[in-house]
Amino acid sequence: MSTPLAILGIFGDAIDFIFNAREARTGGAEVGGLGEFASLTGKHLLVTVAAVGLASLVALPLGLYLGHKRRGGFLAVSVSNVGRAVPSLVLIALFIAFLGVGFANVALALALLAIPPILTNAYVGVTQVDRDVIDAAVGQGLTDGQVMRQIELPLALPLIFGGLRTSVVNVIATATIAPIAGVVTLGDPIISQSVYGDAGKLAAAIVVALLAVVAEVGLGAAQRAVTPAPLRGTPGATRRGRFFVKTAGKGLSTS
Amino acid sequence: MSGALGSIPLLAQGGEGFVRNRESGSGASCVSDDGVCPAWIVDHFDRYMEPLGRHVLLTVVALAIGFSISFTLALLAHRRRWLIAPVVQLTGILYTIPSLALFFLLLPITGRGFLTAEIALVSYTLLIIFRNVVTGLDGVPSDVVDAARGMGLNDRQVLWRVEIPLALPEIAAGLRIAATTTVGLASLAFFAGAGGLGDPIYADLNFKSNVLVAGGLCVLLAIALDLLVLAVQRLLTPWTRAVPA
Repeated sequence: MSTPLAILGIFGDAIDFIFNAREARTGGAEVGGLGEFASLTGKHLLVTVAAVGLASLVALPLGLYLGHKRRGGFLAVSVSNVGRAVPSLVLIALFIAFLGVGFANVALALALLAIPPILTNAYVGVTQVDRDVIDAAVGQGLTDGQVMRQIELPLALPLIFGGLRTSVVNVIATATIAPIAGVVTLGDPIISQSVYGDAGKLAAAIVVALLAVVAEVGLGAAQRAVTPAPLRGTPGATRRGRFFVKTAGKGLSTS
Repeated sequence: MSGALGSIPLLAQGGEGFVRNRESGSGASCVSDDGVCPAWIVDHFDRYMEPLGRHVLLTVVALAIGFSISFTLALLAHRRRWLIAPVVQLTGILYTIPSLALFFLLLPITGRGFLTAEIALVSYTLLIIFRNVVTGLDGVPSDVVDAARGMGLNDRQVLWRVEIPLALPEIAAGLRIAATTTVGLASLAFFAGAGGLGDPIYADLNFKSNVLVAGGLCVLLAIALDLLVLAVQRLLTPWTRAVPA
């Protein structure tokens, strides 16, 4: 190998694979290169956005409403517990066996994985709004709907974003196994390795890992940006830890 | 092309032992239709026991190692607060890397098999358990610690006799999340050549009976471990049981 990347051995070869196309091991078509990885990343993000979008449509209104009514805490917590107990591979395999392969089915399966963190965080985010603040708002004549939109939603935003972040990172990770259900994503070079070779497999692993870390860091920044300044004092409290600790500590011990 | 390139073994072909026996007497048409076949499930249930055993082993070893590391780190960080941020950041990055990607990133270094799977599985438990132990220890009322000091307990005694027992519900909660998460991630360990219930699932994705049994065992294992940790926690913290909800 003539590139300076050669000193990195197989990892160097994998990085080379990301930037430069080469002939497939089976001959014929070119594989690898920035063009192919950009396209695979695009497809990966497309299925991620579809799944998280679908999950948000269901989980956000439900979580906000249940939180507003301060009811259904059991539901919010149960959903997150059940969600964790069903492994992503099992969920996708059940979809393949019972509903078949394809983009819609995979997006639906991934959406089911994305719902629990979004639902739980929206619920917890709203219920943790100080009662006095809501009483003051009601006293000033705000209607139910106004309280939800103008008081609860803004104050719950940091946690809502935390839930979205958890879901996006989970779905990016799980979309890697989507090729087993016939949906091409960045997992394709990993799973169809006969075409891409070992370097392609490793290259895809590197890109997926980077994508997940970038999503985590990027959404973390977005989360801080939507957090009202006075609430920013306690880093960690508004972060993902809330999802872990709250849902577990509170919910599980009473179940 | 470097020689190292050829050293990554091929992807797990998964379960040669899981080729379907289509001539298995009653319900043969159900099997060839990929259906849910109670007779087939009963006849072939024993073939899931080895993957289940592997799955339990993968999970329990990962939890034991992960707990030892994160508990130690949390105790250190409890007295030296500056440690918390770097540990959370480092374990957070590990937690973020998709498991499938981590398996393949580790393959050239540690090769296929149990070790590679365990490194990945352990790394995912760290953030969860560390966070909950730190949160649990922080949640101990300072009055209680003061009272314990006033009664003459030294730092070590305060930690082991007062702070850790009071933090147990939070610690157990972290362990339960780690347990269910690890069961799920271990279902992908077959990609690293470490077996587990993912092996039979992947070997025949279209066969409803197969997916249902192997997937069902995964879910039951997650629930069983969850309840087991809960039961141990209830035993160790009798005072939490009397509190009305």
